[in-house]
Amino acid sequence: MAPRSLSIITGTLLCSFVIVPLLAVWRHADASASLGPAEWAALRFTILQAFLSALLSCFLALPVARALSRTQFPGRRLVIKLMGAPFILPVIVAILGLLAVFGQNGWLNAALRSLEMGSFSIYGLHGVLLAHVFFNLPLATRLILLGWATIPQERFRLAQHLALTPSARFRLIEWPMLRVVLPSAFAVIFVICLSSFAVALTLGGGPKSTTLELAIYQAFRFELDFAKVALLGLIQLGLSLSAAILALRMAHEDQLGIGFDRPIDCEARSVIQKFHDTLAIFLALMFLGIPLLLVLANGLSNLSSLPVAVWMAALRSVLIALGATVLCLLLALCLLSRSGEVLATLGIAVSPLLLGTGLFLIARPFLNPFDISLIVTLCVNALMSLPFAVRILRPEMIKIVSNFSRLSLSLGFSYRSWVRWVVWPRLRRPLGFAAGLTAALSVGDLGVIALFGDAERATLPFKLYQLMGSYRTEQAAGCASLLLILSFSFFWIFDFWGRRNA
Amino acid sequence: MLNMLNLRLQQGAFNLLASVPNLSPKIYAVMGPSGAGKSTLLAALAGFVPVQSGTLSWQGIDITSWKPADRPMAMLFQDNNLFPHLTAERNIALAVTQHRTLTKSTRQKILTALMRVGLEGFGDYKPGQLSGGQQSRVALARVLLQDKPIVLLDEPFNALGPALKNDMLDLLQILAHERKSLVLMVTHNPEDALRIAHETLLVSDEQVSLPVSTPDLLANPPPALATYLGKRVTVQ
Repeated sequence: MAPRSLSIITGTLLCSFVIVPLLAVWRHADASASLGPAEWAALRFTILQAFLSALLSCFLALPVARALSRTQFPGRRLVIKLMGAPFILPVIVAILGLLAVFGQNGWLNAALRSLEMGSFSIYGLHGVLLAHVFFNLPLATRLILLGWATIPQERFRLAQHLALTPSARFRLIEWPMLRVVLPSAFAVIFVICLSSFAVALTLGGGPKSTTLELAIYQAFRFELDFAKVALLGLIQLGLSLSAAILALRMAHEDQLGIGFDRPIDCEARSVIQKFHDTLAIFLALMFLGIPLLLVLANGLSNLSSLPVAVWMAALRSVLIALGATVLCLLLALCLLSRSGEVLATLGIAVSPLLLGTGLFLIARPFLNPFDISLIVTLCVNALMSLPFAVRILRPEMIKIVSNFSRLSLSLGFSYRSWVRWVVWPRLRRPLGFAAGLTAALSVGDLGVIALFGDAERATLPFKLYQLMGSYRTEQAAGCASLLLILSFSFFWIFDFWGRRNA
Repeated sequence: MLNMLNLRLQQGAFNLLASVPNLSPKIYAVMGPSGAGKSTLLAALAGFVPVQSGTLSWQGIDITSWKPADRPMAMLFQDNNLFPHLTAERNIALAVTQHRTLTKSTRQKILTALMRVGLEGFGDYKPGQLSGGQQSRVALARVLLQDKPIVLLDEPFNALGPALKNDMLDLLQILAHERKSLVLMVTHNPEDALRIAHETLLVSDEQVSLPVSTPDLLANPPPALATYLGKRVTVQ
C-alpha cells in the first residue's frame, strides 16, 4: 500500500531501532565475562521449562482437540473462540487467577488442608509449567483442531463406509495429519516459552527456577551489571533466533487462522468415547475458566475502592496502549511486503528487556532514562505486536491488489481514491482485528516496564505486580479485574469497529 | 477505427503478434485455443500489459503508451468487476466521479443506466445481495457510464447459466449497436460468437488473424481451432 520509498525508510528505522540498542549493550559486554554457574543454570532452566511446557501443552491439548472436532453441542463455536482468548489475556491477571486456585490460600490447598494431606506450593518449576500450560493449552488445541479441520470430510465418511477399526482409522487418517501438526505446534509453544518473563518473575525465581529473561531483569534491576545483561541478552538472542528459525520452518499453518466454521459430521461414538470427550472438554473449560472467574469474583466488588494511584496507572496504560496501536499499525502498513514480514518478525526475536536495556544505555548520558520509560514501553509494545499485525494485514492486502488493481487502473483512480474507495473499506476489518490484538497485548504487558517502573511511572500491570508483592490482596484483585476488563474491551471495541458495515 | 500495427507481446516464453488494421465499430469475437493469448491480447489493448514493439492507434492517434484510464476503452474482466463493499450505485458512479457526494446529474445518469440494464430500484444493493446475472448488469451499467467507444470483454458472463448469458449477450448487442461501440469479446463458446459477432479474430500459433466471418470460420475451422472445439459446429 505504501510507496516503496516509505517502506524502505520504515524498514531502515525498524532495523536501527533494534540494532542500535543491541550495539549499545554489546559495547558493555565484557570480553572477559564468561558463563558462571548461575548463567548456565538459567540457560538450562529456560530450555527445560520451555521443552516441558510445550510437551505438556500439546499432550493435554490432544484429547481436547479430538473431542471438539467430533462433538456437536450448542456453544461449540463459542468454546473454540474462547480458546483464542488467552492470547490477549494479561499474563499477570492469569497468574493471580491461578494463585486463587493453586496458591497458598487457594482452593486446592484449602481442600488439601481439610483432608490433612499437607500443602502444595505453586512456586518453582511446576508453577511455571502450570501457567505456561494455562496459556498454551488453548493455543495447541486450536492448532491441532485446525489440523483436524483440514482433513477432507470424505475420508472420515470413507472410514465409516469401510468400517475401519478406531486404530486403523487413527493410523490411516489422523496420524498423518498429527505428524505434521504436532511438531509445529510444539515448536511454536517452545519458542513462546523461551522468552517467558512475567510468569518466571511471579512464579519462578530463586536460583533453581530463573529464566534468561528473568536473569536479565535481575542483573539490570538489582546489580546494574551491564556486562552480565549483555552476555545473557546475547545468549537469549541466539537461543530465540535459532528456535524461531526452527519454528518457522516447521510452522505451515497460519496460527491466527480462521476456518473453524466447517460443519463436522458427527460420527457414531461409543458411550466410553462420548464420556471421554465430554470429560476432556469439561476439564479444559474448568481449568481455563475458574481462575478467570475467580479474578472477576474477587475483584469486581473492590473496583470502587481502588486508590487513585491504580486509576492513574490505568490511565497511563490506556494511553500507552493507544499509542502503541497507532505506531504498530502505521509501521505494519508500511511493511506489507515479503521482506517487511521478515523484518517485523526479527523485531520480536530480540528480547524486550534487552532492547529496554540498550535504550537505557543510549539515553543515560543525555537524560534520566527513567523519564522516558513510558515512551520506551510504548515503542517496545508496538514492536512486539508488529509481526502479528503484518501477518493479519498482508494476506488481505495481497488479495486487494490482485482482485482490484486492474479495475482501479481502468477507472483511473488516483492514489487517494484507491485508498479511499478500495483499500480502506477492504482493509478495515483486519485493521480492526490487528488494532484490537495490539491494544490488548500492550495494555496487559508486563515486560520492559518492570525494568524502569517505579511508583510514579507504573503501568497497570506493573502496579498489579507491586500490589501482589506487598500482599495487598483485595486491591490486587480489584486491579486485576480492571486490567482484565480493559484488555478485553480494547480488543472488542477495535474488532467491532472493523466489523461494522463490513 | 482501431489499428494494431505489428503489436508484439511477450511474457517469458509466450509470444504473440497482432497486426490487425482498421477495426470498425462492430462486435468481434476473439477465439482460439486455451493459452493462445486471448486474454493477454485484451489486457495489452487495455494497457495492463506492456507491448514489446508496434503501434496501437485509435482514430489515427497513437495510444500505445497511454495509461489504462486514458484509453478509449472500457473493460469487463472475468471476475471482480465490482467492488463488493460498495453499493451498485456507487460502483457505477466510479465510472465518472471519485467524489463522495454525487451531483444530481450524475445520479440521473446512474438511474438511466440502471434502467437500461433492467435493474431499476437496485441502486442501494451491494453486489453480495445481487444474483450473478444482476451483478453482470451492474458492471455493464458502469461500462455505459464510462462511455468509451471501445468495449473489451474478457469472458465476463462465463459464470452465468445459458439463458442468463444469452440475455446479457442480447442486451450487449443492443447497447453496442445503439452507441456504435467497437466490442472485442473473448469467448470459447462458438454459440456465443455466432449469436452476436459477425466477425471473429482467431488467436492461434502466436498470431492474431484478420477478422473472418464467424459462420465461415466455424463451418470450416483451421486445424488448431478444430482440435480446440473438439467437434465441428453445425451452422444453420
